[in-house]
Amino acid sequence: MSMLHWSILLPFIAAFCIPFTGKIARKIHTGWFVLAIPVAIFIYLCTLLPKIKEHATLLESVSWIPSLDISFDAYVDGLGLLFAMLITGIGALVTLYSIFYMNKEKENLVNFYVFLLLFMGAMLGVVLSDNLIVLYTFWEFTSLSSFLLIGYWNNRKASRYGAQKSLLITFLGGLSMLGGFIALYVMGDTFSIRELISMAPELIQHPLFYFSMVLVLLGAFTKSAQFPFHIWLPDAMEAPTPVSAYLHSATMVKAGIYLVARLSPIFALSAEWVWVVGLVGIITLFWGSFNAIRQHDLKGILAFSTISQLGMIMSMLGMGAAALHYTGDSSKVYMAATAAAIFHLINHATFKGSLFMVVGIIDHETGTRDIRKLGGLMTFMPITFTIAAIGSFSMAGLPPFNGFLSKEMFFKSTLTMANADFLSLETWGILFPVIAWVASVFTFVYCMILFFKTFTGKAKLEQLPKKPHEAPIGMLISPIILVSLVIIWGLFPNMLAETIIEPAVAAIQPVLYAADPYHVHISMWHGLQPELWMTIGVVALGFILYKTYPNWTGIYKWMPTRYTLNNGYNKSLSWLDIGSNKLTRGYMNGNIRDYLIYIFGFTFIILLYMMWRLDAFTLNTTSVTPIGIYEVILAVILVTASIMILFAKSRLTSIILLGTVGYTVSLLFVLFRAPDLALTQFVIETVSTSLFLLCFYHLPKYKPKEKRVRFKVTNLIIALGVGVTMTLLALSSHSTKLFSSISEYYKQVTYKEAGGENMVNVILVDFRGLDTMFEITVLAIAAIGIYTMIKLRLERKGGAE
Amino acid sequence: MEILMSVVIGILFTIATYLVLSKSLLRIIVGTGLLSHAAHLLILTMGGLKQGAVPILSENAKSYVDPLPQALILTAIVISFGVTSFFLVLAYRSYQELGTDNMDQLRGNKSYE
Repeated sequence: MSMLHWSILLPFIAAFCIPFTGKIARKIHTGWFVLAIPVAIFIYLCTLLPKIKEHATLLESVSWIPSLDISFDAYVDGLGLLFAMLITGIGALVTLYSIFYMNKEKENLVNFYVFLLLFMGAMLGVVLSDNLIVLYTFWEFTSLSSFLLIGYWNNRKASRYGAQKSLLITFLGGLSMLGGFIALYVMGDTFSIRELISMAPELIQHPLFYFSMVLVLLGAFTKSAQFPFHIWLPDAMEAPTPVSAYLHSATMVKAGIYLVARLSPIFALSAEWVWVVGLVGIITLFWGSFNAIRQHDLKGILAFSTISQLGMIMSMLGMGAAALHYTGDSSKVYMAATAAAIFHLINHATFKGSLFMVVGIIDHETGTRDIRKLGGLMTFMPITFTIAAIGSFSMAGLPPFNGFLSKEMFFKSTLTMANADFLSLETWGILFPVIAWVASVFTFVYCMILFFKTFTGKAKLEQLPKKPHEAPIGMLISPIILVSLVIIWGLFPNMLAETIIEPAVAAIQPVLYAADPYHVHISMWHGLQPELWMTIGVVALGFILYKTYPNWTGIYKWMPTRYTLNNGYNKSLSWLDIGSNKLTRGYMNGNIRDYLIYIFGFTFIILLYMMWRLDAFTLNTTSVTPIGIYEVILAVILVTASIMILFAKSRLTSIILLGTVGYTVSLLFVLFRAPDLALTQFVIETVSTSLFLLCFYHLPKYKPKEKRVRFKVTNLIIALGVGVTMTLLALSSHSTKLFSSISEYYKQVTYKEAGGENMVNVILVDFRGLDTMFEITVLAIAAIGIYTMIKLRLERKGGAE
Repeated sequence: MEILMSVVIGILFTIATYLVLSKSLLRIIVGTGLLSHAAHLLILTMGGLKQGAVPILSENAKSYVDPLPQALILTAIVISFGVTSFFLVLAYRSYQELGTDNMDQLRGNKSYE
C-alpha cells in the first residue's frame, strides 16, 4: 500500500472514526475533525505537482482479485491529479463552510460528515483508478453517497423524491457503464485503462466497439446531467447547500466529464464520438441556460446553470476529440478545445462553488431563496455582494475574470468546428457556433438576473422571514478564497497552463501530444478575433434581453406543461408501477385452478414441441407383447370406470368408482405377474376407500354441476393435451430402448448375494434398502401430520381473521 | 399389449387432469388418486410387459419379468397412500374450519388490494 492508496482510503477510514469523535469532544463541531482530511490529502497531492509538470506519471498497484484481473491500481497523471486536487481542495473549503452552515445543535452532524467523507473517498477513487472495475466500484459509491446526502433531511418529501430520482437515473447510467466496461474487457482482455489505450487502434476494429461506446457514454451523460438525463440535478438541490456546492457543481457531476476525458484516447478515434459528445454537450448547454431563466429559486437557477456549463465542457471535449482526425498544425487547433475544456472545468469549479456558497449565505441570513422575495441586499451584505458579483460576472463570461477566458476559448473552438471538413461537418458544423452563441446570451441573462435581482433594487424586508445581515466570517472564508482564485486565474491564467492544463491535455490526447507537444498559452487580449466580437454581441444582446426581460418571458408559457421530461419521468415510473402490478395480479390471481392450467399447459406444450422439434416420436411394434383377452377386459373396465367418475352425481358413486379403478389395477398387476404389487395395491385400495368414506361423510355434497361451457372446454383441452402427451411419451419411450435393463444382475445374484428368493422384496430391503427406509419415514410423517391436524386446534382469539 | 396400455394410461391421465382442474375439492382428491394409478401403470409398462415368470426364484422358470419397476411401484404406492391420506384429512379439516370446499372461494390473495 502506497501513499496514493492511503490517500484514497483515508476518507473511508475517517468516515469510520467520525462517529466516535462526537463522544470524545462534545463541545467541538465535528467538521473541524473532518477538515484535516481533505487538507492533508491536498497537501500530499501538491507534492506530486512538480512530477506531473514534467509529464511523469505515478502508478501504484495493489492486488485485489488477481484471478479476475482486478487489481486496485492507483494511477496519477495530469488529468487524475487535476480532478483529485479539485476534489480535495473544494472539499476542504466546503467542509470549512459547512462548519458554520450546519448547526451543531439542530443537525445530525455525524451522518452528514460520514456521508461527505464517503463521497470524497469514492470520488478520489474514481479519478485515481486505473482499473475499470475499481473505477466502477467507486463510481457507484459516489452515486450512493450522493443519494444519502440529497436525502439528508429525510423527513422532507421533496428530499426523498430528489434522492430517489438521482439514484435511479445515475444507477441506470452506472449499470450501463459497467456493461460498457465489460465489453471493453472482452475486446482488450484487460481492465487496465492504460493498456486499453495502448491498443486503441485495434479496438476500433472490434464489433463490440460501438456497443461499449454507447454504454459508456450513457453512464457519463447520466452522471454529468446531460440532456435528457439532466432532470435529476434540479431536484438534487434539496440537499444542504454545502452538498450542492460540492457534489452538484464542482465534483460529482464532473465524474462523467472525467470519464469522457479519460476514455477519449480509446473512443475518439471514431468520428461518431466527436459527433455525439459534441452535440449532446451543445444541446445541454442551450437547454440548461434557456431553462435557468425561468427559475425562481436561486439554487434552481444554479442547478440549470451547472447543467449548461457541464454541457459546454462536454461539447469542448467532443470538439477536442476531432484533433485525432487531423494531422500536424490543423490538429493543434482542435487540441485547443481540449485545453479549453480543462480550463473551463477549473474555472467552473471556482465560480460555481462560490456562487452556491453565496446562495447558502443568503438562505441562511434571510430565510428564503426565492428570487421574487429577495432584492436590495447589497447594503446589508456587502462582502457577499462582492463575492456574488465576481462569481456571476465570471460565469457570464466577462473580463477580467477567468470565465471570460474560457468562454473565448470555447467560441474559438466552435468557430473551428464550423470550418471542419469531415463527417458532413462542413454542412452542419455551423450549428456549433450558432447554438453556442445563443446559449451564451441566455447564460448572460440568467447571470444578470441571479445577481441584480438579489442584490440591487428595493429591499422587501417585510417579505423576508429573517432580518438580513452579513454572514459570520467563517462562512465567508471559503467563497472569498474561491473568488480570489477566479480573479487570479483570470489575470494570470498561464500559471495554470504549464502546471496542470498541459499534463491534462497530454493525458486526454497522449498520442498526439507525444508526437508534437502542445503548449497552452492563454492571454486576456489576443487581438480583434471573431470570438471577441461574439462576446461583445453576447453582452449587447444579453443586456437588452435582461432589460426587457419581463416582456418576453411569456415564451416560457408556450412550452407545453404536459410533455416535459420531468412529467415523462414521473409518468413512466407510475406506469411501471401500475403496469407491473396489473401484470402480476393478472396472472397471479390466487386461483389454484389457473395455476394448474399454466403448469399443465406449459408442460404438455413444451413436451409436444420438443418431441416434434427433435423428431423424438417413434413407434416400434417389433418388441410388443401379444395382447391377451383378460387384459383387454380389465382395460375396458378400467377406462369405463374412470370415465364414469366424470359423470358421477354423488360422492359415494365416485368413491366406489375410484375403488373399482384401484381393484382393477390390482388385478392388472396379477396379470402382469407382480404378486407383491397386487397384494399391496389391494390392501391399500381397501384402506384408502374406507378413509375416503370416513372423510367424505363430513364433507359437503357435490355442488350443482358446473354450467359454464368455457370452463369445461378449457379443462377438456388441457386434459386431452396432457393425456395425448403422456400416451405419446409412453409409446416412444417403449419403442426406443437405448440399453438393456440392469435387472439381469438382480436376477442372478438375488439368491447368491442376498439369500432371498423373492426378487422384489430383496430389492426393497437389501439392494435398495435406503428407498424403503425413507418411504417408512414418509408414512410416519404422514401419520404424525394427520394426528397433529386433528388434535392440534389453536383457538382463534379476538377474531383475527 | 404395451400400445393398448399406453392408450389406457393416456385416458387415465386425461380424466385425472380434468378432475384436478375442477372446482370441488373432492373431485380434485379423486383426480390425484387416478393420477397415481396412471403413473404406476406407466412405470410398469415402461419396464416392458414381457412374458416371463413371477420374479420369485424357482427351478423351472426360464425367464422372469423385470423386478426393478415392481420395486419402484411398491415404494410409490406406499408414498402416494401416505400423501393421499394426509390430503384427505387436510381437506376435511379445511372444510371444518373454512366451511367450503369450493376452490373458487379458497383463494389466497383476496385481502391484498
